[in-house]
Amino acid sequence: MKKLLIILPAYNEEKVIGKVLFELKSYLKKIKDLNFEIVVIDDASTDCTKKKAASQKIKVLSHPINRGLGGALFTGFEYAKLTGADFLLTMDSDGQHDPKDIGKILKLLLENKTDAVIGVRNIQKMPFDRKIITLAGSLLTFLLFGVWCDDTQSGFRAFNKEAIKKIQLKTQRMEVSSEFFNEIKRNKLKFAQVPIRVIYTNYSRAKGQSNLNSGKVLVRLFLRLSR
Amino acid sequence: MSNLLPIQILFAFFLIFAVSRVILRAKEGNIRPSSFLFWIGIWVLAGFSILQPEFTTYLAKFIGIGRGTDAVIYASIAVLFYLIFRTNVMMEDLRHEINKLAALSAIKGIGKSASSSQSKTKKK
Repeated sequence: MKKLLIILPAYNEEKVIGKVLFELKSYLKKIKDLNFEIVVIDDASTDCTKKKAASQKIKVLSHPINRGLGGALFTGFEYAKLTGADFLLTMDSDGQHDPKDIGKILKLLLENKTDAVIGVRNIQKMPFDRKIITLAGSLLTFLLFGVWCDDTQSGFRAFNKEAIKKIQLKTQRMEVSSEFFNEIKRNKLKFAQVPIRVIYTNYSRAKGQSNLNSGKVLVRLFLRLSR
Repeated sequence: MSNLLPIQILFAFFLIFAVSRVILRAKEGNIRPSSFLFWIGIWVLAGFSILQPEFTTYLAKFIGIGRGTDAVIYASIAVLFYLIFRTNVMMEDLRHEINKLAALSAIKGIGKSASSSQSKTKKK
């Protein structure tokens, strides 16, 4: 039976992580064809995120220092390579992703139709500032890497074994979302987009990408191209 | 030497100091041969420009800039921008190395963490 690894990067998510993991586990019980493992990458949280995640009997990999979203996903990919996972799925730990979408995302990988699947949020239903960030992210990714995706900033993604093996993440923070597309292109991987539902709450909006750090993201992506 | 201006003498001493630092770093193995050649080239060129100022004027006219001083300033700014860029790239590489260490520490520390593993197998 093939193994699915689910990675949730988390930084100071004590308020929601318990509920997110509980709902995720409840949904995964319905998936019959896969072994699964949920791993929380605790990015040196200063609150009780680690304790709350562990109380759900979930494996927690703890960074000794904060490395950002890119660093946490890098750890997730390293763990996937080490454990020989067949599929790797990444989700946000702030509760904005609906576990019910996992089936839709995995379907294309299980049917061997693609190497990577990106869960794409409906831009029409996004708050205005998120729309701008999403469009800017997609445009920037296209200009820098020549790959178009409707929602490059989505944290809901899945990869097959070949993609897990080939993707080498090097960025540290939010720019990792665009870096995935550079890696997809560089390694000639196929990717597909699948519409997903997003649960916007005040909490998830506050935790998301800041509107002000887009300039930093641009500089880091440019440096990533130069390496 | 007697025809040199005080500022030229001062700069010349500074350049000798700079070249000595580059040689010292190379002997210690702290810089790569390519970096050694780059820095020696920069300082030798700077020394030549200080001791033979007409060289910069000739160079300036050759590339279409009015004065030798302007050519030196333009070239210096270009080199500084390049070095800042290289430093930024190097910092990003260092951050990635730190990521590797953080990942290694996190993965190796599984047994020590407060977590417990969970893997569920479903049968058809």
